[in-house]
Amino acid sequence: MRACRSYADAHATGVCLGLVLLACFALTGQGLGASGAFASVASGAVAAVSPNTAVHSAWFRSYLQDGSPWTAWLVVEIAGVLVGAAASAAIAGRMRRPLVHTTRPARGRLFAAVGGGMLMGVGAALARGCTSGLALSGGALLSVGAWIFMMALFTAGFLAAPLLRRLWP
Amino acid sequence: MNDLLIAGGIGVAFGCALECAGLGDPPKLAGQFYLRDFTVLKVMLSAMLTATLGVFWGARLGMLDLGALYVPETYLLPQGVGGLVFGVGFVLSGLCPGTSCVALASGRIEGAATILGLFAGVLTVGLAFPAIEPFYRSTPHGPLTLQSLTGLPYGVVVAIVTVVGVSTLAWIAKREAGR
Repeated sequence: MRACRSYADAHATGVCLGLVLLACFALTGQGLGASGAFASVASGAVAAVSPNTAVHSAWFRSYLQDGSPWTAWLVVEIAGVLVGAAASAAIAGRMRRPLVHTTRPARGRLFAAVGGGMLMGVGAALARGCTSGLALSGGALLSVGAWIFMMALFTAGFLAAPLLRRLWP
Repeated sequence: MNDLLIAGGIGVAFGCALECAGLGDPPKLAGQFYLRDFTVLKVMLSAMLTATLGVFWGARLGMLDLGALYVPETYLLPQGVGGLVFGVGFVLSGLCPGTSCVALASGRIEGAATILGLFAGVLTVGLAFPAIEPFYRSTPHGPLTLQSLTGLPYGVVVAIVTVVGVSTLAWIAKREAGR
């Protein structure tokens, strides 16, 4: 197996990411995002399976009022993220084969990932955004809520980390 | 249509940047919370400083219309509590919503596991929303910014954020050099 190539310089990629965000601001008037795409797809799925349930939650309704949730701006953006990340990993020789035994993560870590995803889904829904949409994009526009979210996120992360040390030896 | 082309293009660039930085790599992200790997902070701070300064100077030079930019609204309690819950999830997964897609796209099943959890999380909030709604809508402050909160001029706040951000990056660089 070919060794995985190292990643690019963090500062340089950070600046590139900042320029992508800046382009996004200039072209669309809003920032990048991620959790909103999950909310749109979830709302679309609920509306398809049980329209009644979707109607009774103002939260699902808010994702269904501006046209199809399947082609919402953030959903298309996240589809782009999948393509861009896959291309970048493939070109740089960093693509993993997920079912190869040696690179597969322990089962405990997969359960933790599902649990972590759930907590992040709840947290992002309450906060109206995640690390991309609220912390990074809102933070760059000096939104107070974005900075509160970011401070709370890192505080909780640093407090929880010692308790989860077994997960990340 | 044009809008969706822009969405796709921006997404490709976003995914590419995250992957190049190594942010699809769970042990690397989790390493931030054990002070082993500062990639998360370095990328976030560099990106945010670039965008903050870009927006400020773009507006100052008349290339960007500040009034047309959507500033996320502040809801103190839900965003504080949401951040705390999110932070614990971040350490559990070693990924966030955006980077979980990067992880999946670069062949890591942790990405798929996190995505599964994310859907379960947003579905929970959507289904329980009638009960959560009063809290969700509590403590609203509108599109509050640091400059409107403090009464300081925009340029001064940008300068302070820049100094704090660059100092933090310098502290990280010094710490890493000292190893």
